[in-house]
Amino acid sequence: MPRNGLLIEYEYCTGCHACEVACKQEHNFSDGMCGIRVDELVTVGPDKVHVDFIPVTTRFCDLCADRTKSGESPACVKHCQAICMMYGPVTELAKAMEDKPRSLIFAPK
Amino acid sequence: MAKGSENIVKSTMWSAGCGSHGGCGCDIHVQDGKVVRVEGDNNHPFNLGRLCPKGLAIPQYIYHPDRVTHPLKRVGKRGEGKWERITWDEALDTIEKKLKDIREKHGAESVIFCQGTGRDIGGPITFLMYAYGSPNWVQVGLAGHACYTPRLGAMFATQGAYCVLDASQFLEKRYDSPEWTPPKYILLWAQNPAAGCFDGFFGHWIVDCMKRGSKLIVIDPRYNWFTSRAEVHLQNRPGTDGAIALGMLNVIINEGIYDKEFVEKWCYGFDELKERVQEYTPEKVEEITWVPADLLREAARLYAKNSPSAIHWGEPVDAMPAGSVVAQAINQLWAITGNIDNPGGNVIAKNSHGVTTYPFSSAELTKLYGEDLVKKLNEKRIGANDYPMIKGFRGWVQPDVLIEQMETGKPYEIKAAWIQTSNIIGGQAADPRRHYEAMKKLDFVVVVDLFQNPTSMALADIFLPATTFCEKESFRSWWQPLGVTVKAVDGVDESRSDWEINLEMAKRLATNPVKYNTVRELIDDRLKDGNTDFEKLKAKGCWEFPPEGHPTRPYYRYEKGLLRGDGQPGFDTPTGKMELYSTRYEEWGLDPLPYYEEPKESPVATPELCKKYPLILTTGRRSPVFFHSEHRMIPWLRELDPDPECEINDKTAEELGVSNGEWVYIENQRGKIKMKAKVTPTAHPKVVTAPHGWWLPETDGREPNLFSTWEYNINNLTSMGNQGKSGFGGTDYRSALCRITKVKD
Repeated sequence: MPRNGLLIEYEYCTGCHACEVACKQEHNFSDGMCGIRVDELVTVGPDKVHVDFIPVTTRFCDLCADRTKSGESPACVKHCQAICMMYGPVTELAKAMEDKPRSLIFAPK
Repeated sequence: MAKGSENIVKSTMWSAGCGSHGGCGCDIHVQDGKVVRVEGDNNHPFNLGRLCPKGLAIPQYIYHPDRVTHPLKRVGKRGEGKWERITWDEALDTIEKKLKDIREKHGAESVIFCQGTGRDIGGPITFLMYAYGSPNWVQVGLAGHACYTPRLGAMFATQGAYCVLDASQFLEKRYDSPEWTPPKYILLWAQNPAAGCFDGFFGHWIVDCMKRGSKLIVIDPRYNWFTSRAEVHLQNRPGTDGAIALGMLNVIINEGIYDKEFVEKWCYGFDELKERVQEYTPEKVEEITWVPADLLREAARLYAKNSPSAIHWGEPVDAMPAGSVVAQAINQLWAITGNIDNPGGNVIAKNSHGVTTYPFSSAELTKLYGEDLVKKLNEKRIGANDYPMIKGFRGWVQPDVLIEQMETGKPYEIKAAWIQTSNIIGGQAADPRRHYEAMKKLDFVVVVDLFQNPTSMALADIFLPATTFCEKESFRSWWQPLGVTVKAVDGVDESRSDWEINLEMAKRLATNPVKYNTVRELIDDRLKDGNTDFEKLKAKGCWEFPPEGHPTRPYYRYEKGLLRGDGQPGFDTPTGKMELYSTRYEEWGLDPLPYYEEPKESPVATPELCKKYPLILTTGRRSPVFFHSEHRMIPWLRELDPDPECEINDKTAEELGVSNGEWVYIENQRGKIKMKAKVTPTAHPKVVTAPHGWWLPETDGREPNLFSTWEYNINNLTSMGNQGKSGFGGTDYRSALCRITKVKD
């Protein structure tokens, strides 16, 4: 079995929180629990201020095993409003990452 | 994916539930008669499988323990929070009797029909109001009617049609449609589209366009995700957007980089506009707006020289001093560059198939309810006689005039209010205390909603429980496609849909017999304009675009004779052209050309006041997890945005001795509220931005607390009575003065 993960092109993550609520709905997580969390990253450049958002998977992320078994995308990937998340074997994601702008790979499980 | 014994129902989303103005396609997963999950419909062209956090939290919304699911009547004093469960029969009988009595004694116009902006409410509430015979359809407290109607009015005057940024949303194949091309530049004007679906536009379409090559020019007083990715960011002083637009017109006209052929053939009044904008040189605009002259020039050149380019604008435009004038000036930018009804420009947006769900203009009201009735009712419509533009365009009451009339009883007294989808005191109204005092005196108030809120708690005599979209049948033609909302489950307990409630109420109150027995009959009748019906649309997956060649389909309809009643090429305006010199504005007694007006309170207009309140306050900052004053009780959402937070620049905060996360007072001559300081370099040093609509549903709902609305609602710092000459715009939602002080406990 290949190791699966998430590729996140955070260049396009707008911080809309859809992934977090999709995750909570899918797993019916109680307060405070979530498989993914989005953090705001504010950096001050020489002539402007930059705002980025970084989704990070948590220890509760199971890559939506129930969904992916039957060929569905993980709930966060499906609902990402910026369409900036990809699910698959990490080796393939790493290849795909070559052509992507600012991005990250998470292999939570 | 359906799990186990789940059944999937396809539907079209439109609040209640998600709250916002989008029309996403969804799969409602149902098990044992309950909604267990809501997911995006991969085959729906609006959202392409995605959903926003509010849409994804719907199961918690539907089955929330605080949801009101039975009719209630007030048994204590107003505000005491004493309610008794009653039957629908008792509730409707009581309302029928009261409203008939009031109509007999005081006239139907003494009852106001109040809506906010949620649900599919414009259809049902006008239906009931016209059946009853009142002309007073109103967003109570919405100062200057600052929500889309000023922009709609300006667009109606300029080209006889409304326009939106073309993100391929009018075509089935969306981004793969061969006739579509992305805008080269998007002028993103005063909006954070990542926070929702404003005015029927899925916010993330902007991101989709960026991925397809669109570059950004952003006009916003604050740094955000979009400004980080913009080629040019005009960080202007709040309230000065009109000067930015006039300055850009100046540059584009004087440098001769407008579309000469288009202007020659299709525009009226270019010379007059040219003359008018001469005084708005980039240098003068810099003085007004803080935006460097050369940066303004660069923005104007990039926009004008790269065709197609498109403008996407937000509500702050409406709230500017003279909002309808600012909207006119911005509209003229896409006129003189020929970016109208072209792929990747500002495309003309028509309600799909010509079906009306939610009347956007007087013409649509007339179509639904007849010219005689609309004309007759206009005579008594509040504010219509003071403001010809209010009278001539759409059917609303002017809210600043209403509050005066409620207080003075002149020219006639207001006796009752039917409030549906509106948290007036806790959300919509400027100067909520004034509205609270005035509305407390009404003889009779009905609230139709899903949760108690500061308004229902303070005012309601009868509370009728409404449903989410999962529990109702409805239809949608807010732009496109044409869609239907399919009932996936029965209304929780005894809740009923707004359409059901209003149809039943209309049957009881109408002066002429209502021609529909059921909501389905009404929907099917309205869908006749689109040669379809509910079942046909449902069978197609709940949506359909108009056929090729239909006047509600793009592009270049002005060339094809698809815009005017007489079938001639051109625009549906008195001159048949895009009017840079607006003959409609002239007819309404307004300046036919745009101009700049300074906010009533600002460092420029009121320097003395500014010594006491040195910061500029701009309110209404949107949260992606809330819709206006909704959703504060939904755990999955509240967790992501737990406290009302105002943004303060880090250096400013340091001078004030305020640290990040600390509670502060925001204060001006009108009031003082509390928020948490988010100390950030994204804020301008002289500007504080605050979210609106904050109340705490977890605190005591009874008076005097009313869910803490007086403590956290930023509108306590805003006022009524600043409306522009047209009756539209001119509020202090987006530009007032304030100071920040630390909360000492």
